[in-house]
Amino acid sequence: MAMHDAQPRALALVLVIGLAGLAVFPIFGADEKFYMQFLAKVMVMAIFAMSLDLLIGYGGLVSLGHAMYFGLAGYTLMSLTPEYEGASLWISLAAALGVCALAALVVGLLVLRTSGIYFIMVTLAFAQMAYYVVHDSKYLGGSDGKYVYVKPVLSFFGWQPFSLDKLAAFYYVILGTLAGVYFLLRLLLASPFGHVLVGIKANEHRMRSLGFPTFSYKLVAFVIAGVLAGLAGYLAAALDGLVNPELLSWHQSGQALMMVILGGMGTPAGPILGAGALKLLELLLTSWTKHWQLLLGLFIVLVVLVFPNGLASLFGKRKRGGAEHG
Amino acid sequence: MDPAIFLIQLLNSLQYGLLLFLVASGLTLIFGIMGIINLAHGSFYMIGAYLAFSLTAAVGNFWLALFLGVLLSVALGLALEWLLIQRLYHRDHLYQVLLTYGLILIFEEARSLIWGDDVHGVQVPEFLNFSIPLTETLSYQVYRVVMSGICLLLAAAMYFLIQRTRLGMMIRAGATNREMVQALGINIGLLYRLVFALGIALAAFAGMLGSPISSVYPGMGNQVLIVSFVVVVIGGIGSVRGALVAALLIGIADTFGKVLVPQIAGMTAYLLMAAVLLWRPEGLFKRA
Amino acid sequence: MAEAAALSVEGLVRNFGGLAAVGGVSLEARTGMLHAVIGPNGAGKTTLINLLSGDLPPSAGKISLYGTDITGLPSYRVSQLGVGRSYQKTNVFLGFTAFENCRLAAQSRLPSSMRFVRRALAYADVNRAAERSLAATGLEARSGELASALSHGEQRQLEIAMTLATSPRVLLLDEPLAGMGAEESSSMVELLKTLRSGHAMLLVEHDMDAVFALADRLTVMVNGQVLASGAPAEIRANPAVQEAYLGEDEPGG
Repeated sequence: MAMHDAQPRALALVLVIGLAGLAVFPIFGADEKFYMQFLAKVMVMAIFAMSLDLLIGYGGLVSLGHAMYFGLAGYTLMSLTPEYEGASLWISLAAALGVCALAALVVGLLVLRTSGIYFIMVTLAFAQMAYYVVHDSKYLGGSDGKYVYVKPVLSFFGWQPFSLDKLAAFYYVILGTLAGVYFLLRLLLASPFGHVLVGIKANEHRMRSLGFPTFSYKLVAFVIAGVLAGLAGYLAAALDGLVNPELLSWHQSGQALMMVILGGMGTPAGPILGAGALKLLELLLTSWTKHWQLLLGLFIVLVVLVFPNGLASLFGKRKRGGAEHG
Repeated sequence: MDPAIFLIQLLNSLQYGLLLFLVASGLTLIFGIMGIINLAHGSFYMIGAYLAFSLTAAVGNFWLALFLGVLLSVALGLALEWLLIQRLYHRDHLYQVLLTYGLILIFEEARSLIWGDDVHGVQVPEFLNFSIPLTETLSYQVYRVVMSGICLLLAAAMYFLIQRTRLGMMIRAGATNREMVQALGINIGLLYRLVFALGIALAAFAGMLGSPISSVYPGMGNQVLIVSFVVVVIGGIGSVRGALVAALLIGIADTFGKVLVPQIAGMTAYLLMAAVLLWRPEGLFKRA
Repeated sequence: MAEAAALSVEGLVRNFGGLAAVGGVSLEARTGMLHAVIGPNGAGKTTLINLLSGDLPPSAGKISLYGTDITGLPSYRVSQLGVGRSYQKTNVFLGFTAFENCRLAAQSRLPSSMRFVRRALAYADVNRAAERSLAATGLEARSGELASALSHGEQRQLEIAMTLATSPRVLLLDEPLAGMGAEESSSMVELLKTLRSGHAMLLVEHDMDAVFALADRLTVMVNGQVLASGAPAEIRANPAVQEAYLGEDEPGG
């Protein structure tokens, strides 16, 4: 029986086709720098959305401050990048993820004391605090942010297989990371830890009375999600070559939330699909009108009222036997 | 600290705290009674400020503009509740967050379409446009004092409304026990609609009242929203009294923080929240 | 009465506001015996169970498990120490299969569930414990069904099965027969009889026929206080109990 494999086969098929398409795109679209950059960004956001889905879709923890970790990782990379050379990828990545883990641990210890509406508000408030710290810091570039002039350098004991300056190479690194995170999360959700997490979402009180110290599990999930969000934020900063406070803003968190719900929360492939759909919509709307956010807002309202289970619901019912999700 | 400067800072923190209270009390009532998390609450603060700007220019009188603005925002609140919010009562908080987030985008963009992206100012009413001298060099703007007075009057009126009237009785009952209210034969749909409109009107009124001193600018609702969240978390969801205490606390912490510890001035409100979370995760005035 | 008390409670108090829902209750549960707690609605029986299981912290009093003080421990610690409870209002994971309900319960006996790599379903011991508890409650044929698709009686059985899957030494059962038909009730009574050996059982129940069929010892609670405590025959003969409870309410409360 396939517990937690709660996604329709059709959706899995879309995912496979989509990933295959992403894999071959640079071969045929090598000249389409704009679209390659666009797709790379979509994949980064998909990683970010997947990390949020671990909290929302599986743990039932509606965080509205997830962009904090996305932004902190980017700022860590910026701080560690010298002006005229690239930072070591391994060192800067480890530092960025470490910063995120620590931040998520501290914030998690505080916010997980609350639940429900409180949790939503408190996660948002702490993220906003981080936003203002970055925004008001001269050293971090204030409201304009700062450039990451040189991309991080990937090297194995002095051997550099390729340079991330080449967009195609970076593109494949991101694609590989996306696939890696996807399978990591599948593994995690099938593990005893994953089953506990889903149990907590369904009925935390009962999980406690069965003998699970639920707070610790939620805290670990919160830290893992923070680290994965940091991974996405690191890639985003390296890809765009700049960081600014918007990376930590609640619009960034809201966007990820939108992707998770649009794709169908609690489905492993949902956030990827949601990221693609939302970014594509944004691309279409921005090319059409300056006031595209009005249309996006209307679209969001419509989705909530008409498609309560996200786009994934268009691909049919989930397999029985899986975990229950709202 | 010099006594005159201290007095000015105290008055400023009172004024900021009371304005914050108007926004946060609406938010906490809507949370506490209707169980709705409304991210768009800050947008109504912004809409209020822009209404004050346009209406003052149109009718030539700030107070008349205030009155008309309140009527308009009540109408907007009623319409929104009828059109959208009432479909969220039985939905997960997640969808409330998402829908009201969509509303923020809509309101911001509508604001940009109607008023543009420039910063505007609203004239302080003529007869209040002077300052009281405190020392030879320091003085205090009278409008700020009047503003705090109006906020205090409103707070007292809310206290009266909630503690002494039939509507207030229903609101209190609704916050503690929804089923009981329904069993008493009260039209809960109507009650919710009124509460929502009241909350919206309070936020918009705060925006209007503050517009002469804060200026009117894009995105002004977001900052207020998040500080209001902090107020609600500190005060305890659904507690108007808690909102008042917490808003004044934040007013003091923020204003004096800027003077005493300017390095972390942006963080004081959040640090206060963190302390309260450690001490009493359900807020200072937890409801049963 | 050979063994020492598995669970012993002294002067347990829980106040809600000014009201004492449980006002100084003392009792014992011994391995191999079933101790039933009866009393009218609002007597504080469920509150008592909640105090014993750690769902609620007591206002005063002491709870010992095999001589160790467990007063005020959180419910997960109490569970880990070997106290299993079932709920009056069915409290199973409706979106999970019957098997997964029990498997998750059994998983709680792993030294830790902070395990991230191996598949949860690959832990054979856990699977076996889940299957055992399903078999013990007669649910093995329904293993693959979603809990929400089970009948009310089966959900009550699943409730017990989950508790058993945590391998408890002490069982706290809050009205396991609530809302059951006659046939379901009698099979549940048979089940409870089989559980007596190897467990210390504390049963809160309204069904007097079942209580007198099962109980080795009875405690009658009224208004949060112990009115009487003793062997079933003594309780039946106690005039105060008859007046307060049995006479009016018999037999099903």
